[in-house]
Amino acid sequence: MPIELQLEVQNLNARYAEAIDDNNLEAWPDFFTPEGHYRVTTAENFEKGLPLAMIYATSRAMLRDRVRSLRDANVYEAQRYRHLIGPALIREQESGEVHAQTSFMVARIMHTGETTLFATGRYRDRIVLGAGQDGGAQFAQKIVILDSRLIDTLLAIPL
Amino acid sequence: MQSRAAGMEQAMTTAAGVRAWPAEGLTRVPYWLYGDPAIYDREQAEIFRGATWNFLCFEAELPAPNTYRRSTLGAMPVVVTRDHDGELHAFENRCAHRGSLLVLNQSGAARDIICVYHNWSYDLAGNLTAVAFRKGLGGKGGMPPQSRPEEHAPRKLRLESLCGLVFGTLSAHTPPLEQYLGPDILSRVRRVMRAPVQLLGDYSQTLPSNWKLYMENVKDTYHASLLHTFFTTFRLNRLSQRGGIVVSESGGHHVSYSFAADSGGKEYEQAGMRAAQQGFGLEEPRLLEWRDEFGDGIGLQILSIFPTFVLQQTRNSLAVRRLVPQGVAQSELVWTCFGFADDDAQMTERRLRLANLIGPAGYISMEDGAAPGFVQRGVASAPELLSVVEMGGASTASDDNRVTEAAVRGFWKAYRSHMGV
Repeated sequence: MPIELQLEVQNLNARYAEAIDDNNLEAWPDFFTPEGHYRVTTAENFEKGLPLAMIYATSRAMLRDRVRSLRDANVYEAQRYRHLIGPALIREQESGEVHAQTSFMVARIMHTGETTLFATGRYRDRIVLGAGQDGGAQFAQKIVILDSRLIDTLLAIPL
Repeated sequence: MQSRAAGMEQAMTTAAGVRAWPAEGLTRVPYWLYGDPAIYDREQAEIFRGATWNFLCFEAELPAPNTYRRSTLGAMPVVVTRDHDGELHAFENRCAHRGSLLVLNQSGAARDIICVYHNWSYDLAGNLTAVAFRKGLGGKGGMPPQSRPEEHAPRKLRLESLCGLVFGTLSAHTPPLEQYLGPDILSRVRRVMRAPVQLLGDYSQTLPSNWKLYMENVKDTYHASLLHTFFTTFRLNRLSQRGGIVVSESGGHHVSYSFAADSGGKEYEQAGMRAAQQGFGLEEPRLLEWRDEFGDGIGLQILSIFPTFVLQQTRNSLAVRRLVPQGVAQSELVWTCFGFADDDAQMTERRLRLANLIGPAGYISMEDGAAPGFVQRGVASAPELLSVVEMGGASTASDDNRVTEAAVRGFWKAYRSHMGV
């Protein structure tokens, strides 16, 4: 596995986490290709082959709609995330596409100061190299597989 | 009823002074109901282990003989099984011996149930069938011949299935399920459960609130367009949409429904695109595309069965919610989404896409996880004060508009009759 590829995926993941953790949600959809898929599901559903997801988006436009809804429509208490992302395990690479799996942990910091371990899991990603306008990599598919079936109160900000 | 009332009186005097229901009746709800551990315990006995039907699981979750899955009757852990003859049973998840949980896994296959602690065995109907070393070993130890451990066996639930939904009760006095629901609720359960079920998956959320606050939220048709602004923000909704509520005779069950402003299909997309061009609306209105699979134009139907079951149709997104009380200030809400065995790939895709509206991340239901918690925190220091439930007057009757709290008052009507308060 070329070290450059490993670094490129790591850099994509780091920038992805930064956009969310810095509350720059408007930048989040641009990490995906126009037809990019994004799903948040549980390990239980995933392993049983059940398709239900908490968030189920099949285009970048749907992700933009979600951001607008979070900004303008939905009511939730002020909160931030802090992502810790593990090293990407690159499973496959063919003709500019990379399949990677990456572990993550997300702490949620409420406006009250209360900090909890909110979510753990893995990203199953299909990444297209050189797809972005800047020549960077983008997600053609990102499946967020939560280890637990249980969400504390609500899931507003994307993982 | 004598002992129930006496127990209630005891429960109501545990905190500040004697507690009684306010003289105004159902238009007032005292806040001490949401924070008193003695009330919580009485609810477990009088409501959940009392004369109510509680949703346990789908029949489809026990697809084969010799399978089991865990569920709950209020806070009480139970095991639901399908025996080798295909018959369903449910019993308390508690060993006759020392009270250990009998089943630890969420679900699985088994011919019998064996307690891990001391290997006491049960058949899938919950009967104690063997006690390890009952006669001792080599003539020493063991249980006296007059011992009757069977008398301590886990309590068995009575079961009834309705359209593949399995309900259980511990009480011998619970009326038959159809009678418990009444014809108006029954017909609307049947409306949704139109064919054999195909499960799409589940997830759950912890709610930082008393179980009653969540159920009030479910029955509160007044908050819908005020708290949940997704539809109005994206101008997808007409406020004048026709709809109404149905409240059962007992008060405990309800249905709220509204007709969709469109008939699904392209209209929504066109309306959405017009809105998008004008600077509002969804960029991807396909999210809401649906088919009127029930053929009656109803786009939203929320149905609750006392105490804690919800059956939901949001366009083509279908789900049940099972609420599990976990102490005075916490509950777990378990969602199971489903379609039907005859769905084609497009319909499944529609159900999954429309599920964006529901669940812990749902465009519409996200707030419902948090709002009951806002009340829990708001009233924690005001046990002697009362909430005002006067929208639509004092009635608990069905109505053709939803700017009413009739179903909330209905909940309290049923609650009071079970609790003797």
